[in-house]
Amino acid sequence: MISGPLVIGTAIAYVVLLFVLAYISDVRARSGRGALLRSPLVFTLALSVYCTSWTFYGAVGSAARNGLEFFAIYLGPTLVFVGWWFGLRKLVRIGHRQRTTSIADFVSSRFGKSAGLAVLITLMAVAGITPYIALQLKAITTSLGVILSPEPAGVLARSGDDVGLAFAIAAAMALFSIFFGTRNINANEQHHGVVAAIAFEAVVKFVALIAVGLFVVFGIGGGVAATYARAAEAGVNLDPAANFGPRWITITILSAAAIICLPRQFQITVVENADENHLKTASWAFPLYLLGMSIFTMPIAIIGLSLLPSGADPDMFVLTLPLTHDSQALALFAFIGGFSSATSMIIVASIALSIMISNHVVVPIALRMPALFGLRQGEGMTRLLLTSRRLSIGFVLFLGFVYFWQTSGSGALAPIGLISFAGVAQFLPAILAALYWRDATRQGALAGLLSGFVIWAYTSFLPSLGASSPQIADLLANGPWHLGLLRPQALLGLSGLDPLVHSVFWSLLGNTLALVFVSIATQNSAMGRMQANQFVDVFRRSDDEQKGFTRSQAPMNDLFVMARRVLGTAAAERLFEKFAPTGRDALQVDATPRFISRLEKELAGSIGAASAHVLLGQVVSGESVTMEDVMQMADEAHQIMEYSQRLEQTTAELQSTTSQLQNANTRLRQLDSQKDEFLSQVSHEVRTPMTAIRSFAEILLTHTSLSESERRNFVSTIHAESVRLTGLLDEILDLNALERGEELWSNEAVDPGQALDRAVEVCAPITSQHNVQVTIGNRPRGLRVHANFNRVCQVFINLISNAAKYNDSANPQLNIDCRLENTTFVVDFTDNGPGISPSDHGTIFDKFWRGKRNPDTAQSGSGLGLAISREIMAKMNGSLTLVHGEGRGACFRVELPILEEAETAAAASPNEKVTAGAGLPRDE
Amino acid sequence: MSSVSTGSDAPIFHPEGPADQAPPDVLIVEDEPAILSSLEFILNHAGWRTRSVQDGEAALSAVNRWHPRMLVLDLMLPKRNGFDVLASLRARSDTRELPILILTAKGQQQDRRTAMELGASAFVTKPYANGDVLEAVASLLGSPVR
Repeated sequence: MISGPLVIGTAIAYVVLLFVLAYISDVRARSGRGALLRSPLVFTLALSVYCTSWTFYGAVGSAARNGLEFFAIYLGPTLVFVGWWFGLRKLVRIGHRQRTTSIADFVSSRFGKSAGLAVLITLMAVAGITPYIALQLKAITTSLGVILSPEPAGVLARSGDDVGLAFAIAAAMALFSIFFGTRNINANEQHHGVVAAIAFEAVVKFVALIAVGLFVVFGIGGGVAATYARAAEAGVNLDPAANFGPRWITITILSAAAIICLPRQFQITVVENADENHLKTASWAFPLYLLGMSIFTMPIAIIGLSLLPSGADPDMFVLTLPLTHDSQALALFAFIGGFSSATSMIIVASIALSIMISNHVVVPIALRMPALFGLRQGEGMTRLLLTSRRLSIGFVLFLGFVYFWQTSGSGALAPIGLISFAGVAQFLPAILAALYWRDATRQGALAGLLSGFVIWAYTSFLPSLGASSPQIADLLANGPWHLGLLRPQALLGLSGLDPLVHSVFWSLLGNTLALVFVSIATQNSAMGRMQANQFVDVFRRSDDEQKGFTRSQAPMNDLFVMARRVLGTAAAERLFEKFAPTGRDALQVDATPRFISRLEKELAGSIGAASAHVLLGQVVSGESVTMEDVMQMADEAHQIMEYSQRLEQTTAELQSTTSQLQNANTRLRQLDSQKDEFLSQVSHEVRTPMTAIRSFAEILLTHTSLSESERRNFVSTIHAESVRLTGLLDEILDLNALERGEELWSNEAVDPGQALDRAVEVCAPITSQHNVQVTIGNRPRGLRVHANFNRVCQVFINLISNAAKYNDSANPQLNIDCRLENTTFVVDFTDNGPGISPSDHGTIFDKFWRGKRNPDTAQSGSGLGLAISREIMAKMNGSLTLVHGEGRGACFRVELPILEEAETAAAASPNEKVTAGAGLPRDE
Repeated sequence: MSSVSTGSDAPIFHPEGPADQAPPDVLIVEDEPAILSSLEFILNHAGWRTRSVQDGEAALSAVNRWHPRMLVLDLMLPKRNGFDVLASLRARSDTRELPILILTAKGQQQDRRTAMELGASAFVTKPYANGDVLEAVASLLGSPVR
């Protein structure tokens, strides 16, 4: 037994030492003197965070129980690191390119920067790692119990006292991690101090374990051969074939997945990695380290089993063997080694998880609800990040503690670790798809992760809690609702398998199938496609700029090619030659900052500042595009789009103008053809009287022997036709003027009854010539309409003479009926002539339409009368319509609105109307 | 009653001689009274027997009843226009070769072409010189028989 104060004091002193070491390393790294910190050796040692207390203590227990099985835990990582060229190198390269901050960031970044995916992975990681942290707590409390016990070999896990102790340790670890991991916020999430401390711890645990191993083999066992000779006696099966089976393969796969997928491994391998060439060193050094850590596992197990009492906990052989052989100092050293293993894991894991929680869960929420987090515009983000990380660390450790509390006393270390491994292994399909499968989609990744996670939780995580809850125990035995097919450890009746193999089989199968099938069924977004190419083609894009991190290494060829593409060959050559030293060719330009900035300006002139910066940045530094760059590019693209939208708008306006012009053109052509038609009709109408005039004139000229009566007759025909011709020309001009809207007369207050009387009077010769009996009924007197007296007469005369000229009845009649309807003066001209056939109803008001003339008359209308009359009525706000043309006779109706008293007065004196009708305010 | 106006209906000059017995040399189809009277005057004075009608329908029945040796045909006519009359006559075997002189104020090339395609024998535009009409009639009928 070692005294409590000594053990506690040593542990505290060790922690203080770590803190000082981390602090100094941070300061040195900051001042640029951290060469050692950035060395491949430190990187490799930091990778050993893989070896936790589970490895330190638990591997021996595993060897004691399951023989060589423990070796598979080291085989997986070894394979991954030996084959670093194929997988890890790509992972690290992409991690650098994308400035990855965590495994959640990595996967979500590949699948179109999906926030949902990041949250899911964060939650899965927290759930998966919680048992693992509990495992470390368990290891520390148990080892403390052992080292402080007067009867160390007899100590088994005691739950009661340990809970308080575990809580104290968890709290201490939380403080420790917060001190180390969240002292500041670094852009690329590198923690030089932490890495230095972890590397130091790697050395401590390595030396401690080797020391114990040497002591056990040579101090107690009497040499290697003698030790292994006790194997059979101890009941350890050393036959490799006995262990080689599904479980062995499963563990190898799980451990290979874990070295990539464990958040803390990802943190060290990808995020904290300073140079991907360190992988080359780690590829042999790390497996060597693992070999060192495992070489004495089996001997310790054999000696422990053969020398210690049968009730001794194999997981604690590393401590109990020195203790029982009076090597207190070695025991204390071993305890510190185990303590190192546990703390390094807790520190890195909690930091990695806290980054994920704060980056993917807290910050997105805070950005959406700034008020809730006391965030003001552009302020306090750093503070928020630090706070959320500190709280996250506390939260993660608290979860670990709760899990420990609930499962305390439920068994060995190794199974708990394997549950975690199986949990984080669910990331593997998504990561492999991210690296190699271009067509994997966000939905596929989500579906795969979710399926795997659910199956894992059901088949591994839930059963691990079986001891703490009778309901869960019942579920394990009988399945939910007593459905045997759904028993967590025998899904679909697949029983007889090791629970671990069973869980890994189903979860990875479901995970992979969902990923593949959903990916095939869905499409990548634009962002997803872009990122897929960035990931899958990471080497193709930049083989020759692998180490181009500094400006001086900017490959001039690439710069020149790019400049030529953007600026044109001549301009690019001029620019490069201008900066080239005299007498050397253009490509030997030194990439001075002056030259680079000049080039950037030139490029910006062509493609915009943001794009120029991005282009140049890619060639010069080999860095990938940052979000900010993308936003600026998007801004410029947006401007271009706006411009093109304006162009489209202009195009649309032009198109509409064109179509308007086309319509106008069509209309013009219609009008033109109407004009041609009109001219043709006018020509025909003019030719007809001209024909008679010319023909009779020729007769008079050539036939000298005509009688006087013949001569008179011919001359009077010529005269009549001349008059007709003149009238026709007058009417054409009149109609033309009316149609053009010319002001041919001014309207005034007119008595329509008087105009009707005048028209009947004027038409008396025609009506009597045609024997038409005209009847005029009673009519309202003293009405006034707004019209022109002569023009109203013209319309009436036209209607009366038409009724006379075209009436073929034996007893021709014309009935003129006028009346007042509301405020309208209405006159109907009804005859008993041939009427208008229905087919002509639409055309009688057209120009040159003629009714069937009475053949006895030489008089012939121009065919313009009705057209002119209708135009005249329109000019007086009145109308001329054909009322009923069915059967015998036609009826034309004239309507004119009558003037009110006041209007009558105003219309009678147009000059007064201007002032009276202006509607000006009275008190003006 | 037929709407055909016989020679006696003509308002001005009426040629002497056998009215209903001998077929006329020229059937004038013209709705303008002044033009009709001038045509009758010059053709009669040149020695041709004429009869006249004033619309397209009358023209077709007059051809059946009087068997004129030729037609002087206006195009713008009431009831059936000149093109219509021309096409109907050309569709019948007995009048396919009947000489038809188109006399119209529609002077456009398109009308002339349409008339010739429909089978018009000659085409004179109004206003015409009297000599042109007489020449055209003479070339279609030969010398007038006195």
